[in-house]
Amino acid sequence: MAPRQAVVVAGVRTPFVRAGSVFKDTSAVALARYATRELLARSGIEGRDVDEVIFGQVVQGVAAPNVAREVSLLPQFPRTIPAYSLNRACASAGQAISAAHDQIVLGHADVVVAGGVESLSDIPILHSRRMSQLLVAASRAKSLSERIGIFAKIRPRDLVPVSPAISEPSTGESMGQSAEKMAKENGISREAQDRIALMSHQRAAAATADGRLTAEIAPWFGGRAMDEVTTSDNGIRADTSLAALAGLRPVFDRRYGTVTAGNASPLTDGAAATLVMVKAKALALGVKPLATIRSYAVAAVDPGWQLLMGPVFAVPKALDRAGITLADVGLVEIHEAFAAQVLSNVEAWASKGWAEKLGRSKPVGEIDWDRTNVSGGSIAIGHPFGATGARIVTTLANEMQRRDVQFGLVSICAQGGMGFAMVLERS
Amino acid sequence: MAVLTTWVTEQGIAIISIDVPGEPVNSLGMVHSEELAAALDALNADATVRAVVLRSGKADSFIAGADINQFVAFRSAADAEAASRSGHAFLERVESFPKPIVVAIHGACLGLGLELSLSCAYRVASDHPKTQLGLPEIQLGILPGAGGCYRLPRQIGARAALDIILAGKSERAAKAFKLGLIDELVPESILIETAVKAADRLARDGKPPRKRMPGLQAALLDRTTLGRRLVYRTARAQVLKKTGGHYPAPLRALDVVRIGLERGKEAGLAAEAREFGELAVTPVSRHLVQIFFATTAMKKDDGVEPGSAAPREINRLGVVGSGFMGAGIAGTAMTTAQVEVRLKDADPSRVGKGIRSALDIVQGQLIRKKITRFECERLAALVSGGTDFTGFGRADLVIEAVFEDLAVKQQVLAEVEAVLAPTALFASNTSTIPIARIAERARRPENVLGMHFFSPVDRMPLLEIIPTARTSPDAIATAVRFGRKLGKTVIVVADRPGFWVNRILAPYLVEAGHLVVEGVPIDVIDRTMVKFGMPVGPIALLDEVGIDVAAKGGVVMREAFGDRLAPAETIAKMVEAKRFGRKAGSGFYLYHDGNQTDPDPQVYRLFGIKPLATVDAGQIERRLVYPLLNEAARAVAEGVVRSPRDGDIGAIFGIGFPPFLGGPLRFVDSLGAAAVVATLEDLARAHGPRFAPCEALVEMARQGRAFYREA
Repeated sequence: MAPRQAVVVAGVRTPFVRAGSVFKDTSAVALARYATRELLARSGIEGRDVDEVIFGQVVQGVAAPNVAREVSLLPQFPRTIPAYSLNRACASAGQAISAAHDQIVLGHADVVVAGGVESLSDIPILHSRRMSQLLVAASRAKSLSERIGIFAKIRPRDLVPVSPAISEPSTGESMGQSAEKMAKENGISREAQDRIALMSHQRAAAATADGRLTAEIAPWFGGRAMDEVTTSDNGIRADTSLAALAGLRPVFDRRYGTVTAGNASPLTDGAAATLVMVKAKALALGVKPLATIRSYAVAAVDPGWQLLMGPVFAVPKALDRAGITLADVGLVEIHEAFAAQVLSNVEAWASKGWAEKLGRSKPVGEIDWDRTNVSGGSIAIGHPFGATGARIVTTLANEMQRRDVQFGLVSICAQGGMGFAMVLERS
Repeated sequence: MAVLTTWVTEQGIAIISIDVPGEPVNSLGMVHSEELAAALDALNADATVRAVVLRSGKADSFIAGADINQFVAFRSAADAEAASRSGHAFLERVESFPKPIVVAIHGACLGLGLELSLSCAYRVASDHPKTQLGLPEIQLGILPGAGGCYRLPRQIGARAALDIILAGKSERAAKAFKLGLIDELVPESILIETAVKAADRLARDGKPPRKRMPGLQAALLDRTTLGRRLVYRTARAQVLKKTGGHYPAPLRALDVVRIGLERGKEAGLAAEAREFGELAVTPVSRHLVQIFFATTAMKKDDGVEPGSAAPREINRLGVVGSGFMGAGIAGTAMTTAQVEVRLKDADPSRVGKGIRSALDIVQGQLIRKKITRFECERLAALVSGGTDFTGFGRADLVIEAVFEDLAVKQQVLAEVEAVLAPTALFASNTSTIPIARIAERARRPENVLGMHFFSPVDRMPLLEIIPTARTSPDAIATAVRFGRKLGKTVIVVADRPGFWVNRILAPYLVEAGHLVVEGVPIDVIDRTMVKFGMPVGPIALLDEVGIDVAAKGGVVMREAFGDRLAPAETIAKMVEAKRFGRKAGSGFYLYHDGNQTDPDPQVYRLFGIKPLATVDAGQIERRLVYPLLNEAARAVAEGVVRSPRDGDIGAIFGIGFPPFLGGPLRFVDSLGAAAVVATLEDLARAHGPRFAPCEALVEMARQGRAFYREA
């Protein structure tokens, strides 16, 4: 019996928009449901044919901690479809897709909706530890006077809210500081970073104009009357230039720094969903597979070292597992958290010194920018943490189809020093 | 087979299960109450029985009321009064039964069902949404005749009781609990168990003291003579406003409630029996009962010969054109049939607006507390939309509500058919274009038909379904069933211009235009027809529908039927002046913040007329109503409707023709065809040949025939 193959058959996402803009009044659950509904409508798959729903989300909401279950309770599905949410930081949706792959290859599922969502406009703002303790105590109070006594202990400083951390819990270093550190340690110039950013915007703008990116987007009907239609990502700047980028002040190290708002991915809201199926079922249902998932790999480095170097380790692992080399890959998608991180990763893959560190006889290989991030990347398109992986897999699979490329590679760096890589093969 | 099954628990609680054989719900007839009385007598004699629990053997229905077929059998007021008295006697036995009786209510508990429950010692109800308690008798032109007018106000106070009785409405169990109508509210799973425990408790401790503290308002209004006088006066004013004096039952019911509260049980029940008897044989009640039977029968009518079609399930709906009608259809489908809907429009912002209007309909349900927040979220997720036909390949039915233009509609049909599954239906919501023309170049004409909704779609109860000669019976039955799932009363009508509703409405609106030209004041015309019993007058209706729309329809009707249905010059002049009605903020009436106020004096100036100071209201009424009756008779003869029943129901639900008259065809029967013909001939002599009675009516008059066989 031939082994079961997991194929990506479709991907749909919401527009990716700057946090606090179009989706400022929309919950993460609503975004995830929106993308999934459109995925079903476009792929023509019946809800009842879906065996599992998996969603990635990094900053969970308090009202719906398991966003995937809220998705699988859409009226388009029977209520009996199990669902779980996961968190592999910025690689969460990639992880969801690889989990779908596993379930399918193991024969546990035939059809899985795998995606991710992030709403930084809809994050839980917490009370301080002391305030929480007082509130818990008050909720347990047996009498009114006891409750009043507890509330009387609240001091003004207890009312200061606490936002979810964007710094590493283990080091206290913020993501931007890490990128700054990588730029310095790896000698990545400001101009090199700005060039990556410029390329990201120019390519994303072109892919929006010619419809390659917008084809993946479910138009969003916003505003009170729902007549404000968003059909594309709102962070892409078609008119930016090297000069404009060079004019931006560094954010994390004002004196010697090189990381700016221009060469980093912005805080973004959005959701993306993909449909992953066992190949035989796709063929039986008459759905055309876009790409087969050939392999994937994850890796982690010490967060105290260069935080975003995980992909340096994950990519060769995934290539090895697929039995191919970087030279066989016709299209590459590298998640652009920071231009400094992209360039650090790329440099490491090409370097002999790194090959030794990785225990390899020769370097992973040179990245060919003509075949990499051809529709732009996260710096321009935006980066809703939980959703980016599904966006990248969808864009890659579609572009592989368009260019008739056999192999495609995904590389995603993630918080906690992690890296994620996946190899797709044209079905 | 016995209706009642009784068994006794070890603790001596007798459980009586009521299950009228062969019926989906329990409708109690005389026999059943006699059987129940006999069963109670036996339990009274049985010393081991300490208390009784009464339950239903039907799933999701307790007692839906008295058997309405009994009403039809009443030959006289005395007959009906006697029936009410025997009901009183029976429930008196229940109320004075020496052992406590507890009712366990799950599902509909209406009319006699509630009256029986009120006679029992204790009421436990399930908190299921299907558990509804109410007294709908008013809707049949009668009043609760088995003590409901007396016992309900005693139980929950004058205000709450009048609220239920005078509107004939029913309440959800939670509301009923709040009102004090029931004693305990529990999940269905422990309903019987709770009722048995309550019975056991009552048998041990006697009747529990009712510890309901009235609010201040309740104490003042329900518990003082002065307060109640205010309540009666308010209720009376409300009833008169709502019924226009056309329906006697609510006022009589108000009197009966008052007598019961002020003068005690004997007087109250005597008044109830007397009024019930008189009301039951009024033409109003007869007509309302006929309408009830007609709509009940229509719920089983698929619009084709029984057994000749295999209706298909509609699980997904596509709607082309996301304007007011398209969005209305989408929102209605989401809230009622709960199907997935895909909206398509050429312009993305129109798609968004359409989705918004559809969602507004869903949220309206939430605001009116018809659904929970969770249900609302779930239903809201049923709609999506776009500018292409994505998702239409999965639709079981596509309804187009695009611009009224033959070429556009044919184009839409061709585009939709290209992606549609072979079994899926295509329906046009046109009101003016023949369906056969739209279907001319269809690849699968057997799947094409008309579904004519009325605006606003979520509130108008009628749906006209229009098959062409080529439409398959399967398609007709599928559309009819889906229409019913949308909560509509469905009539299948012929593919003739105007179909049924707009056809019979046309001469009525045309005549209203002539009256305006002759100088009859606009508000006088409208007031006359409201007084006749129409929900709005013809001129206000024109403003509502849109005068441009009416003008377009007028052209079609004139082309099809000649000068008889040619619009008066008023309409063209109004269109020229861009006075399109409410939507334009100016029409025959003035609008202030979107609300209709007074007739616009400029309209008279537009026509160069001075409104007449005195007019003959009777003459105005005849000039408006008789052409409608005439056209209805003509359309029936042409086979536009399948039966007079469909015609009357269509007129009542489609244009609000007064239900108390039973519909235009029933009205002709009541007047007599000969009288109608004579009046039309008079009108024709005075005002022109457009009033000439149609051949069918003349023939009916000659032969002394009626539309309906029974009187």
